[in-house]
Amino acid sequence: MSRPKNQNYKAYGSSKGKEREQRTSVRFKTTFMNTLIDVLRHRPGWVEVKDEGEWDFYWCDIGWLRENFDHTYMDEHVRISHFRNHYELTRKNYMVKNLKRFRKQLEREAGKLEAAKCDFFPKTFELPSEYHLFVEEFRKNPGITWIMKPVARSQGKGIFLFRRLKDIMDWRKGTAGKKPTSLEAQQARGAVNPSGSHDSRSSDDQKEEIPVENYVAQRYIENPYLIGGRKFDLRVYVLVMSYIPLRAWLYRDGFARFSNTRFTLNSIDDQYVHLTNVAVQKTSPDYHPKKGCKWMLQRFRQYLASKHGPEAVETLFSNMDNIFIKSLQSVQKVIISDKHCFELYGYDILIDQDLKPWLLEVNASPSLTASSPEDYELKACLLEDTLHIVDMEARLTGKEKRVGGFDLMWNDGPVSREEGAPDLSETGNFATNTHLGCINDRKAQLRQLFRSLQSQKKASS
Amino acid sequence: MRKAQGSWEKRILKSLNSMCTELSIPLARKRPVGEQKELLSKWNEMGTDEPDLSLFRPVYAPKDFLEVLINLRNPNYENGDYLSFRTHLGLIQVPLKVKDIPELKELFVELGLTTGQLGIDDATQVPPELFENEHVRIGQKVLAEQDSAAAQQYVRQGSPTALRAELWALILNISSQPEDILYYEQLKTNVIQHDLLVDSLIYKDVKLTASNDDYYFVFEDYLYQVLLCFSRDTSVLGHFAYNSASPPKSYIRGKLGIEEYAVFYPPNGVIPFHGFSMYVAPLCFLYHEPSKLYQIFREMYVRFFFRLHSISSHPSGIVSLCLLFETLLQTHLPQLFYHLREIGAQPLRISFKWMVRAFSGYLATDQLLLLWDRILGYNSLELLAVLAAAVFAFRAVNLMEVTSLAAAEAVLADLSTLKVMPLLQIFLFATVT
Repeated sequence: MSRPKNQNYKAYGSSKGKEREQRTSVRFKTTFMNTLIDVLRHRPGWVEVKDEGEWDFYWCDIGWLRENFDHTYMDEHVRISHFRNHYELTRKNYMVKNLKRFRKQLEREAGKLEAAKCDFFPKTFELPSEYHLFVEEFRKNPGITWIMKPVARSQGKGIFLFRRLKDIMDWRKGTAGKKPTSLEAQQARGAVNPSGSHDSRSSDDQKEEIPVENYVAQRYIENPYLIGGRKFDLRVYVLVMSYIPLRAWLYRDGFARFSNTRFTLNSIDDQYVHLTNVAVQKTSPDYHPKKGCKWMLQRFRQYLASKHGPEAVETLFSNMDNIFIKSLQSVQKVIISDKHCFELYGYDILIDQDLKPWLLEVNASPSLTASSPEDYELKACLLEDTLHIVDMEARLTGKEKRVGGFDLMWNDGPVSREEGAPDLSETGNFATNTHLGCINDRKAQLRQLFRSLQSQKKASS
Repeated sequence: MRKAQGSWEKRILKSLNSMCTELSIPLARKRPVGEQKELLSKWNEMGTDEPDLSLFRPVYAPKDFLEVLINLRNPNYENGDYLSFRTHLGLIQVPLKVKDIPELKELFVELGLTTGQLGIDDATQVPPELFENEHVRIGQKVLAEQDSAAAQQYVRQGSPTALRAELWALILNISSQPEDILYYEQLKTNVIQHDLLVDSLIYKDVKLTASNDDYYFVFEDYLYQVLLCFSRDTSVLGHFAYNSASPPKSYIRGKLGIEEYAVFYPPNGVIPFHGFSMYVAPLCFLYHEPSKLYQIFREMYVRFFFRLHSISSHPSGIVSLCLLFETLLQTHLPQLFYHLREIGAQPLRISFKWMVRAFSGYLATDQLLLLWDRILGYNSLELLAVLAAAVFAFRAVNLMEVTSLAAAEAVLADLSTLKVMPLLQIFLFATVT
């Protein structure tokens, strides 16, 4: 159960040791009225609580988390869908800092080659704090395109491209003097909450300052891989059950989101060409909802295989695995690994013409609203399997390497596709237990899994 | 048959001409230079163009064609008024010879239960050492030797994804010689210089079908590039030598009826119908270079696809396919056939559109490509009819419970989850006859 901390309550019902109590009924709460609520309501034994009721499971939004997490007491079995300081991974400026620091560490410990594996993030500078570093880099590479992204916004809002410093001079004049709206200011303030590792501003100072919206300037990838002349990015789902130790699962399904218009560098003002977020595409005059502009990852993988051969595709996908793992490792020591927390991330990946994957960003709250029946199916299954792994019903043994469409990607170390422990020599050349874009026969797998778990239980009781 | 084809062609041409007069658009005109330049610059993104196509209608749709086929009668054949076991209860009333299951089993022997297949024996549960690895190795060898006949034999068991593009090119004898590329560029120039009424029909078809498809919308631009060139390709006229159809003719303005001024219209003699662009769409998955994609499509068309919309007695012609489908169904699922007929849902009315399009847009792409592997391998379209019957057999239980045509359509509306090879195998080799 969960209750506000200031009440004088003694914790009860908490189980000792590793044995998790089986729950016959799980009280859940959520504010999301989309695919998620359907999945939760249909789960046997799960009961919805509203408003002030006590809950065992809360799929919350990050606003609530920010305001209430620190004041909420949770029993051992209670689960919540975010980590307290997830923004270390999901806010572009923090993620860059963490990744840069991790890279330096890797270079010290394991050499340049290993550190180069972190080069999946286009060169990024935080503005306004790193403005001078940015200008230096800008001058070193004349003529390339940069993309400006607001740190705390989503769905493609506030993003623009530029090639000349003059363009952002104008922008600086435009926004630096502007007071953000009170809502924006509130968000900015809340998000820039000092976590002790970045800004040393005290909360008093913050109240005085007008918070300036933070941006990052990132090198724009000018040679994206095109299909049918169109740019696209990949949305991949990663479920993290804990950071210490790091346990992460990779979902087999995902999709490629296409831009509606043909890619050209001539029209950098055309948001619709360059941004592939569905939210932005939806406002394009070309957008026909019936068209949908998504390909399931299986289709994408098949297309690439028929064009480049299976080996090239294997390499690409294992490079993507590397992105997921390294990005999580880079924030491992910073994120408060509370055992009540889990998080389902939406990774946005861009592929360039050399089949190199780039990390665009990590979303802590990937959209769970379905844009089509196929999309609904994907998200419903994704959420169902997430709940299987969270395992409020305490059915799993904890030794599973696959649950439904999720494959265990990292378990305090690499997970091998083969039985037994992986060969952990430096070459690390074993088949990883990831199957992104592969066949997802989750129903059959789940049936088998739960049947064997049941018989195991019977045998041991 | 020829008479029927002739009168069908007259109808289509009349429809095209009347659309032309109605809309006051010439069948062909030369583009002004400004327009030419514009089109050339937009060549790779014609999909972004949104011309006003609201007044255009497709010249005909598969269902119109079906009506024509249903009304085919052989004047020399007396059916008699009495019903017997032999009476054909389907829509096609032309007594063509079609194969029965034993004959099909013989023809499609490589699809048998004891032979390895891609689409079955490459499933995740089957270890690749059993069939898949060896099959891929053989495929690579076939390609290394550039043996076209061997390739044709090879793809009967399915083609590995990575090798398919090359194998099909080998079977169809397509190699990208400089003269082929030049020829394509020449066609492209023709497109730039002249505007045909047929172009608008092509635009409309692509917008209505491929652009609305969840997976093929990405290839919209390629479809224009291929189809516009296709309609100007006079070398396609060559296939009319073995096609019962003849290309429609038109006359230079003011010289109606005078043979010296007759030209083929469109230049390739093929008037596109609703869904035509779906013949090209799956190929975009395999070929990305426009001139190669073009050649492959053209060859597929003059070998196979033309048979799906012209009236002939050829065993791979659409009439035979329809009859084969109905016969298979009536012979092996008589209860189902009778039931559907009783509720006014003649099976052919539902399966016709699948066959005319060679299942493109109905099956998942990877399954479709496995099916087309076999079409190339056996050089026959009969599998389309067998698959159609197999689909009905698969959903027989649900179909027995429906009570209207609309409900039957609903049961068969979504084929995207079907696995083609198991269906074919079960129908041909594992059903008790």
